[in-house]
Formats: sequence, structure tokens, C-alpha cells
Amino acid sequence: MEKVYINSIGSISAQKTFDNNDFLEEITTYEDNIIPVIEPNYKDFIPPAAARRMAKGIKMGVVASKIALEEANLTDIDAIITGTGMGCVRDSEKFVTAILDNNEQFLTPTSFIQSTHNTVAGQIALGIGCKGYNFTYVHSSVSFESALIDALMQLELKEAENILVGGVDESGEHTNAIHKLIQHIKPEKINSNELLNSKTAGAVFGEGANFFVLSNKKQDSSYAQVLGVKTFNTLAISDLLANLEAYLKENNLSATDIDVLISGNNGDIDYDNYYTELTNGPFKNTQQVVYKHLSGEFNTASAFGFWLGAKILKTQQIPSAVAINTIKTKGFEIVLLYNQYRGKNHSFTLLRRC
Amino acid sequence: MSDLKQELKEKIITQLNLEDIAIDEIADNDSLFGDGLGLDSIDALELIVMLDKDYGIKLTDPKEGKKIFESIEVMANYIAQHRTK
Repeated sequence: MEKVYINSIGSISAQKTFDNNDFLEEITTYEDNIIPVIEPNYKDFIPPAAARRMAKGIKMGVVASKIALEEANLTDIDAIITGTGMGCVRDSEKFVTAILDNNEQFLTPTSFIQSTHNTVAGQIALGIGCKGYNFTYVHSSVSFESALIDALMQLELKEAENILVGGVDESGEHTNAIHKLIQHIKPEKINSNELLNSKTAGAVFGEGANFFVLSNKKQDSSYAQVLGVKTFNTLAISDLLANLEAYLKENNLSATDIDVLISGNNGDIDYDNYYTELTNGPFKNTQQVVYKHLSGEFNTASAFGFWLGAKILKTQQIPSAVAINTIKTKGFEIVLLYNQYRGKNHSFTLLRRC
Repeated sequence: MSDLKQELKEKIITQLNLEDIAIDEIADNDSLFGDGLGLDSIDALELIVMLDKDYGIKLTDPKEGKKIFESIEVMANYIAQHRTK
């Protein structure tokens, strides 16, 4: 089987990550329970005529993919595979609201056309004229990992050479209002520096687009090798460590081989105990990194964690804003990412320095 | 009539997301499609819904739309003659 490399990245997040030359040098702190992305100037990337019907999620996805393609020095790609939990939720809200407000009459086409989950992958393909495999996975908080698994299989079996993979989710006003009502969003506004020590339930919601060119050909721009991904829709906390150990063993690794653990803690007192199983257990003496205080929680937030892991392995640096201990400050060879949301949809992802 | 033309320009900019165009950049006789504002077939559908919703005008023949949406001037004249609300 072929090895798979992350050859380039493109990220739009609540931090200024759209410039690949920066690595979290300037941190934006929020005091809120919903945080937006820092947007690039979309006009620098998308012609105004094409952009005028694009929802925020589409613009974020298109720009992040353009940044990734440019860094990989590619103008076309064999396949486009995206993951999204909610798709273009703003246009979905707009369309459903119009149905209700107008008693099912006067429905305009634009928000309907743009509201489907696969619009982002479709618009990226239209923009670059890619007629290859185009697929979107909608699997809650393992949406990005599902896209990643598809890409890995195709690249390992040499069915493709370069695949654009990404995770994208935009924040929708009505959807957020519902999540506040059921207290999946914290009722209180909280400083992002204090989020992960929060003693309350719920998360701070965010949004973002993180895209990567994966390839079975290593090049100068390569960030890391992707060793593998494993997902679990349900996993009891009592079974977590055994499953992780088994997964590491499948990859001929053990906990002591992991140089950096990137955890998806989101400050929800009811569910962060999954992470402490790892951080207080076999990875107690491992360099630990967190990121959701910078990105917020969303279905494809783990793609931001993947971006972080790739950057750490390429730069061999861990920005102070994400480090929660200083056990190891150099020589990062293997990174393990663990993510789950509300005790469901768990993922383990392994990256290696290349 | 000039109020209606102004209203139509505002609605077209807002509903068709022409965020880079100011009201005074649209002349009454500019073509809305093709070389003028550059609207397309999806915009035509949006305009048909707008006529129905805001002015009570139902267009049944698509060829009719092509003539009516020629310019703001033509559109305003048609609406003034056929509006039911």
C-alpha cells in the first residue's frame, strides 16, 4: 500500500490561519459562547459574480481549498471529498423560514440550491473545472474523518494521486438558538482562555473550513504522513483506553511512542472526562495540546485539530496557546489526535513526521 | 413612477445579492441581463417570484418575462399597469 502525505493545507478559523506562513503567532481571544471565523478578503480569491450567491460556508470552503491547492502547486485534482455536519445551514434556515413565513408560496431558488450539504464540494469543483470523484460525508462529528478515510483508501490503493479533503461548517443563527435552548451551547459567555477549565455544561460553538491536499507522492511542501484514522459512533468511556491501545497496536505503536496528544476538549464538564481518561492515564507524561478554545466546537472542528497536528510536525513547534504542558519541546515524530462530541462519534487519527 | 423604479433597484440589489453595485449605478434603461447588469436564469426566477409576492403579478409565459425584465424602465411600466397589490 502507498503512503499518504499531507502536501498542503488551507484553513479559515476563528484565528488568523488563512496565511500559511503564520502559525498561531497572534491569538484572538473571545468572551462569548459563539465565536465566528476571521474571514479573509474573499474578493482576493473569488470573482464577485461567482461569490454573490455563495453562503459563508461556501466562501470559506472555496477559499480554504484554493489556499491548499496553491500551496500544493496544483490547478486540478483527482477527487474532492468534504465532510460537514450541517452543510450550508444558513441557506437551509433561510429556505425553511421562507416556507413558513409565506405559507409555502413564493419560494425562491437560490437558498434552496445552496442549502444542500454537498454544495461546497460542488462549488469547489465548478471553480477549478474538476470532473473527478466528488463526495460529501455528513456524519456529525466524524464527518471530516469519514472524508479522510475515503481519501486514504483511494490513495493507498493508488486509485488517485492527489485528493482535496476538507471539513467545513458554518454557524447558523436559528441552529445556534436551538442549541442554546437545549444547553448544548453554554448559557454563559466565557473567556476563551478560561474555557477549558470551565465547570459548566455545554460548549462554545464555532465554525470553520480546513482543507488539505493529500497525496501518495511526497513533495517539498509536505507536512506529515497520515498513518491512519479510526472512528467509533458509540464508545463507552470504560472501553476507550482498550480500543485506543488496540488501534495503536494495529499501527505497531504504543502510548509511549506518541510524542504529542492533540485532544478535542471543549470545556463541557459533562463530556471532557473522556479526554482525561487519556491525559491522566497513559498519556500523563506525553506532550498535550488542545485547540477548541481557539476554534470553538463544530462538527468538523477536528479538521482544525488535523491542521494543528500537520503544522506541529512540519514546523516542529508547539505554540504556547495550545500547549497544556511542556513535557516535550522538540523532536516531534508521531502525533495522535482524539476527538468526540457529547460522548459520541469518536475518532483517533495518527500523523507521522515526514 | 420614479419611486417604483427606485424601489425596484433596491429590491434587485438586495434580493439578488448585488452587493458591489450601488443604486445610482443602475440606469433606468440599462439591460438587466447580458451585457448590462449580467443577471442570469436563476435571477430571472427570483424576479418572477418577486413580481408575484410583492406586486401580485403572476407570469405564466416565460417569454413574457424576457420582455418585462429588459430594464428597470420596462419593468416599472409593466408593474404599474398590472399590479394587484
